[in-house]
Amino acid sequence: MSQALPKLAIVADAPAAATGSHPAAIELSQTTVTFGRGANAVPALSETSLKIRDGEFLALVGPSGCGKSTILKLASGLVRPTTGAVIVGGREVAAKALRIGMAFQNPTMLPWLTIERNVMLPLKIVQPFRASYGREKRGAFRDKAHALLAQVGLRDFAGKYPWQLSGGMLQRANLCRALIHEPRLLLLDEPFGALDQFTREELWAILQDLWLEHRPTVLLVTHDLREAGFLASRICVMSARPGRILDDSEIGFARPRNIAMTFEPDFVALNQRLRDLIVNARTGAAAPGA
Amino acid sequence: MPDIKRKFGAAALIALFFLSWEMFCLLSGMSDLILPRPSQVFATLVQRFPILWPHILQTLGTTMLGFALGVLLGVSLGAMIGVSRTAYDTVYPLLIGFSSIPKVAVVPIFVLWFGSGTVPAVLTSLAICFFPIAVNIATGLATTEPEMEDVLKALGASKLDILWNVGLPRTMPFFFASLKVAITYAFVGTVLAETVASNRGIGNVMMSASSNFNVPLVFAGLFILAGLGVALYVAFSLIEMRVTGWANRKNDFAAA
Repeated sequence: MSQALPKLAIVADAPAAATGSHPAAIELSQTTVTFGRGANAVPALSETSLKIRDGEFLALVGPSGCGKSTILKLASGLVRPTTGAVIVGGREVAAKALRIGMAFQNPTMLPWLTIERNVMLPLKIVQPFRASYGREKRGAFRDKAHALLAQVGLRDFAGKYPWQLSGGMLQRANLCRALIHEPRLLLLDEPFGALDQFTREELWAILQDLWLEHRPTVLLVTHDLREAGFLASRICVMSARPGRILDDSEIGFARPRNIAMTFEPDFVALNQRLRDLIVNARTGAAAPGA
Repeated sequence: MPDIKRKFGAAALIALFFLSWEMFCLLSGMSDLILPRPSQVFATLVQRFPILWPHILQTLGTTMLGFALGVLLGVSLGAMIGVSRTAYDTVYPLLIGFSSIPKVAVVPIFVLWFGSGTVPAVLTSLAICFFPIAVNIATGLATTEPEMEDVLKALGASKLDILWNVGLPRTMPFFFASLKVAITYAFVGTVLAETVASNRGIGNVMMSASSNFNVPLVFAGLFILAGLGVALYVAFSLIEMRVTGWANRKNDFAAA
């Protein structure tokens, strides 16, 4: 499956330090997903096997409707496989096997809470934080939220309400909310899809910094090939619906990466190769590569 | 001071309304058996106030009790309909059917079951006011963003967690909008039952006054009901502003 890479790949991402007794690895083995039954059945994912290593930053790219989001929902336990198995953190998938953070294109901040309270929401739900939420919401938890918000440049907005922030700021707060409970697995479904180019690039850098510091396993679904190349340590390309994995490449560009790097020949070559794969997948011209 | 000016203007227009009513009655020589003048109505109100007071308390108490029970029932039914598919399919049609029944037709049944007096009045006001609350709560819950639910489910949140942290707060603006409708409905229910089957309350006062052709007293009853309705409406508006200010960002809420 994997193909030769542009030769810049010298400094590989260090595989995440093997921390904790629950490796945040994800394994899909011969998984299929079909929505609906009988005549209305829509195959969303044809038989797919995929291993995501602990601490890896994996980007899933592919034409729209190819089942990228389905894989993400499988990993989160929101969708059960129709056949096959999904193992997350060493266990058959269930939402509680592992701490999971999630962020979507829609930042879904609750309008009646301040930004800091929005960011703290997972602490209200997830153990062990939940038990001491009442005590710590004005103490340690608030400090934690403020520290994260400061890291994404929202220090002065902790006390504001969501409608007082721009779309890019809300998306930063959304990242903070996805990370506050120190998840081992971060699931991102086109988080920057609705933002303008410059804000998006700014957020790539922020997300990279956050990842380098916290080192969760990340599964990023995106349409944007530059985004995938900039952020990911591995990119999987999927075929049109029902999805299959067409290509699986390690991305070895040195970190921390910067925007200037995305205009270097190696990066452009990678981009072009991925683009061709997806264009072929869309038109159905590509022969199955398996 | 455009705000004070605006309020003054509104008050002046309302005063003008009563003034034209008064003038109309005087100029047309209308008998007070048909349409009493507002000044007559107010005079009756003041004059009869000691006698009216216990009836006002009775009607207010009955309405508040029926309303409180109606809120309880409305919220629970609304939450059920909003959360469960099965409840939506079964309870919702029943609810619509029940609310389409004119409540005048139900009062005799309540009287049959519980005798005349306070109980049927409470039940009638409950029966008439819970429907808008249930519908609004259900609507509020149904508009929860699916992404928000996914985020919370992935965290391992239970259905109750989601209802408590997202569902119910989101319904608050809908809830208060429905309370303002429901409180006026509750008065209608109480007075309806008092008119048909009670010997106390404003409804009963109006009933006996009209059989004595004491039309100014009937109108005094109407004015009392209107006054109570407006007072409670204002009370709920004030609570609403405090609780769901986030939904009305026009009012410079938390703009600091």
